[in-house]
Amino acid sequence: MPLWLFIFLAALSIIAAAGLILQRHPVHSLLALVLTLIVIGILFIGLGATTVGFLQMIVYAGAIMILFLFVIWLLNLQTQPLEGGRLALKFLGALGSAALIAELLVFVLHLPAPLGHNQPVAIDYGSIARLAQGLFTSYLVAFEVTSILLLVGVVGAVALARRTTAEGAPGGSP
Amino acid sequence: MAIELLIGAIKAIIVLLMVLQLSAILLWFERKGSALIQDRIGANRAAITGFGRRLGMPNLGFVNTLMADPLKLFTKEDFVPAGADKFLHALAPFLAMFPVLITFAVVPFGDVLIIGDQHINLQAANLNVAALYILATIGLGVYGVALGGWASNNRWALLGGIRATAQMISYELAMGLAIVSMVMTYGTLDLQAMCHAQSGVWFGWLPRWGIFVQPIAFLLLLTAGMAESKRVPFDLPEGESELIAGYFTEYSGGKQAVFMLIDFAEIVLVSALVTTFFFGGWNFPWLYPDGFHLPGGAHLGLPNVAVAIIEVITFTVKVVAFCWLQILARWTLPRFRYDQLMRLGWKGLLPVGLANVVVTACVIVFAGV
Repeated sequence: MPLWLFIFLAALSIIAAAGLILQRHPVHSLLALVLTLIVIGILFIGLGATTVGFLQMIVYAGAIMILFLFVIWLLNLQTQPLEGGRLALKFLGALGSAALIAELLVFVLHLPAPLGHNQPVAIDYGSIARLAQGLFTSYLVAFEVTSILLLVGVVGAVALARRTTAEGAPGGSP
Repeated sequence: MAIELLIGAIKAIIVLLMVLQLSAILLWFERKGSALIQDRIGANRAAITGFGRRLGMPNLGFVNTLMADPLKLFTKEDFVPAGADKFLHALAPFLAMFPVLITFAVVPFGDVLIIGDQHINLQAANLNVAALYILATIGLGVYGVALGGWASNNRWALLGGIRATAQMISYELAMGLAIVSMVMTYGTLDLQAMCHAQSGVWFGWLPRWGIFVQPIAFLLLLTAGMAESKRVPFDLPEGESELIAGYFTEYSGGKQAVFMLIDFAEIVLVSALVTTFFFGGWNFPWLYPDGFHLPGGAHLGLPNVAVAIIEVITFTVKVVAFCWLQILARWTLPRFRYDQLMRLGWKGLLPVGLANVVVTACVIVFAGV
């Protein structure tokens, strides 16, 4: 992708991410987060990781954010005034973000090739075949373990939901 | 380079106009079709000041209705209720429309048109992960409906929005599984390649269409698609006896027209997807790039332009046929109850879709198809 397009999308994603923090209303914050995720997906696609980019849009922007929206609706969250917060929390937050920025700097300084020197990638770099080959050969164990973890999560969620109905008021509409 | 950009732009505009025109015509089609089904005459009185009628001209109900409906809708007051989130209220119709329209970019409406030395692929965007693209855009279509209901500051609208969101994410799963089984069958995510795989015939007479390989996936995709477009029998989000009009209760004028247009654009989208995945897309039986090869061994040679035109017409006719099927279903079936809707989605279509994927995988691995 051309440099100007990359800079435009990168700026857009940063603005949207800032919107997530600065918006007062939870639904507006959520929309800003959706925009951030979509723009990052487009960046993935533009940089050649087509499959990952579209999966990002399907899973994060399309499915998980809708769940967030449901949670906001169910808890009936309204516009919250910005509270002062505790000094210790602010201090810890500043410390954490400083550590993250330091990590990013260390990462950039230890890049295998200097910035601006593009390594040519294989023609099928971001293709679904290449991704599947990696998943089902080199990373098979990690892939299967992750899927079992997700399955356990789903079963656990269902079990928790069932227990509440059994102990509380008898389920179903009056 | 410049000419390729120009061709791309022309193709995109043609696809967009085809979809919008067909959606607008479907509006009339549905009113007239419902009238025929219910033994009424239907929309035929929209004459401009009765002008043509007095001069003894034939009844132009079709053209007049097409002009009168948008004129009426766009000259109405655009009302925003008090306490509504003005920005999101205005944004929601566009958020709902945009994903539907861009999905058509990957639907192939013909094979190749050769003009001079240009080989024009009759598909707005030739994406090699088109199936993923479709799932992504359909997933993003939920936001417009959900936020339209929420931003209206109306309880009925919010309830409609919540119902619509829950219904769409439930049926997206079945739709995704149907598409996954087709991807496994053809071994590609590229819709143009899928259409190529469906050309030709079996046994000399049976077209190699996807429905003969995956009939269950076809039923899944059609049912889930109809549920995604939120029309009877799946129109719980706008059940007028309970929720006034659901998520677009508080919309009027042009914005409501956009929501109506989305309904019809979604019908066209479902028809286009079903046609592409299961009915050979632009394939006409016995038509090959060099002309007709009939079962008896007869051969009729055709130039490339004629073949391309036949293919585009074939695709359009198939899409219109499925639009008609959906309108017929809408005026035949009664509305589901909400628990029936959820049961059908989660306990009916989802397990069937999963089983279909497993069976497809077993057939591919063990039979080595």
